[in-house]
Amino acid sequence: MSDKSKSIANKNNINQDERLKKVSSLKVLLNRPELGALGGSILVFIFFGIVAGDTGMFSAYGTLNFLDVSANLGIIAIAAAMLMIGGEFDLSIGSMIGFAGICIAIPAIYWGWPLWMSIIFAFCMAVLVGYFNGILVVRTGLPSFIVTLAMLFILRGLTLAITRLITGRTQVPGLRVLIEDDPIAWIFATDTFKGLFNWLGSMNLIALRTDGTPLATGIPPSVLWFVGLTILATYILMKTRYGNWIFASGGDKNGATNVGVPVGRVKISLFIGTAVASTIFATIQVLDAGSADTMRGTLKELEAIAAAVVGGCLLTGGYGSAIGAAFGALIFGTVSMGIFYTDIDTDWFKVFLGAMMLIAVIFNNYIRRKVTESK
Amino acid sequence: MSEYLIEFNNISKFFGKVIALKDVTMKVKKGEIMCLLGDNGAGKSTLIKTLSGVHKPDEGMIIVEGKKTLFDSPKDALDMGIATVYQDLALVPLMSVTRNFFMGREPQKGIPFFKTFDIEKANKVAAERMGQIGIDVRDPSQAVGTMSGGERQCLAISRAIYFGAKVLILDEPTSALGVHQASVVLKYIVKAAADGLAVILITHNVHHAYPVGNSFTVLNRGKSLGTYEKKDLSREKLLGMMAGGEELDKLEIELKEMNRINN
Repeated sequence: MSDKSKSIANKNNINQDERLKKVSSLKVLLNRPELGALGGSILVFIFFGIVAGDTGMFSAYGTLNFLDVSANLGIIAIAAAMLMIGGEFDLSIGSMIGFAGICIAIPAIYWGWPLWMSIIFAFCMAVLVGYFNGILVVRTGLPSFIVTLAMLFILRGLTLAITRLITGRTQVPGLRVLIEDDPIAWIFATDTFKGLFNWLGSMNLIALRTDGTPLATGIPPSVLWFVGLTILATYILMKTRYGNWIFASGGDKNGATNVGVPVGRVKISLFIGTAVASTIFATIQVLDAGSADTMRGTLKELEAIAAAVVGGCLLTGGYGSAIGAAFGALIFGTVSMGIFYTDIDTDWFKVFLGAMMLIAVIFNNYIRRKVTESK
Repeated sequence: MSEYLIEFNNISKFFGKVIALKDVTMKVKKGEIMCLLGDNGAGKSTLIKTLSGVHKPDEGMIIVEGKKTLFDSPKDALDMGIATVYQDLALVPLMSVTRNFFMGREPQKGIPFFKTFDIEKANKVAAERMGQIGIDVRDPSQAVGTMSGGERQCLAISRAIYFGAKVLILDEPTSALGVHQASVVLKYIVKAAADGLAVILITHNVHHAYPVGNSFTVLNRGKSLGTYEKKDLSREKLLGMMAGGEELDKLEIELKEMNRINN
């Protein structure tokens, strides 16, 4: 009898455990930071599927179009997200994009440097700017919001002043001819899977131009960079020691320092990350357009932060994901392009952007309370 | 070798003209819990920081396992096996139990330059260690923020022990806890000492200190009122020393005086 009751008790125990486990795994799913952005993306696609499904938005050409826009934003959004998880902001992303563009164009056009050398020069400058941002924030203990806001003005001003000083104007064209035969430029300027698109065209599966070549010529370089960086960032955050240090630095600076995390070095490296991502963005755009513009990248820092927030990053740091930021960028890219295919006036895009961000922040805040509340 | 695992001899610390600590001496044996008691402003924080390598003492010396030692940094102290669990616990509520347990000392696997955080091993160790102290973490990837205060304290202590602490300095481990939670933590501290650690328990709560302590050092205004074995010290006497007995005596007299006048 007693044995029997014991076994029943055991069984009950097991049942209870199983039930608890189920609840907790559901909670784990709900607690994933990228959940909101994933859901948002699905909603956005359903919306445009209904409203603009027959307009060509989801043709090969249309799809590549909104993917390209999303990917460009995504490249900087992922770096911004990692920095936010590390507990800091970078408002100088947009200015860094303009600055990097000029760092490529002026040496290549006016100083006669080979294009590859100019590109490497731009990346070196990015590391310097990122390091300077980082060391300033870490050493002074000032909020990164202020430090990088100052850098936003300084970099944009420098870009404008230097360009006008050297060239007498604010744009530097003429880069397109330099791309061919350059040993590095192709990394930022090659459409891939051209064969596939030609084949699809020849099979009449995708739209063609009047001369018989497909309208969509290949996957733009931004998309591959975007996918690659998303994978890399996710790998770093989830699978490496450095990733754990990023979460720890943003979650509790003092606690992390006390257990031996090199918080300062982690933050500096993340600032270098945003500057380098801005330079990748700039290189792709400059080579695509064939010219550098001093105003390129204006307000991009805010879009990147918005995408990271929609992707589940907390403004206070220590929580978020790269995949979330990628979906956040996808939402913005899809809506900004998709709105052209609908009857909605494009003026409404910014209203949507703001509303989306507001909803995301409220949602994230709720999740954070859920995660940190004691039982 | 000395019978004491760690000794602090005549430690003094000055901040400018302020004498924060003066000639504080205390010793802790292996397997023993030494309670360091003192009112607010008695110099407890300064003493902890000196013990853990944050401050360097201006006078006196620290002897670890019979060897005279100077700590240049908290890391030095940690390398000697002297681990401090501060009141803030150095835990990040938004991070998982595992990620907190191994924060800053993550186990790695794989080839150089492509090493990954060995999260399976980390999960296993974290769940095992928490299980040993009777905390059943069903899912080591759950956020620390969902744990109770006592569980967090135990996690922080367990982490210090796992990473090789010989001397455990605990800063007010029970001050923010309810009665039940506090007793869970105290039980764990006793177990840790029984397993061969030397524990320095800093508290201002005599009721928490007296049942678990083997010896007691009372600090008052930067000076030690002496170290007493438990058998030489009643709870009442400890309470008296701790609260500044004279102060209370004076208060009693004043109250009597007031009563007399009122009547």
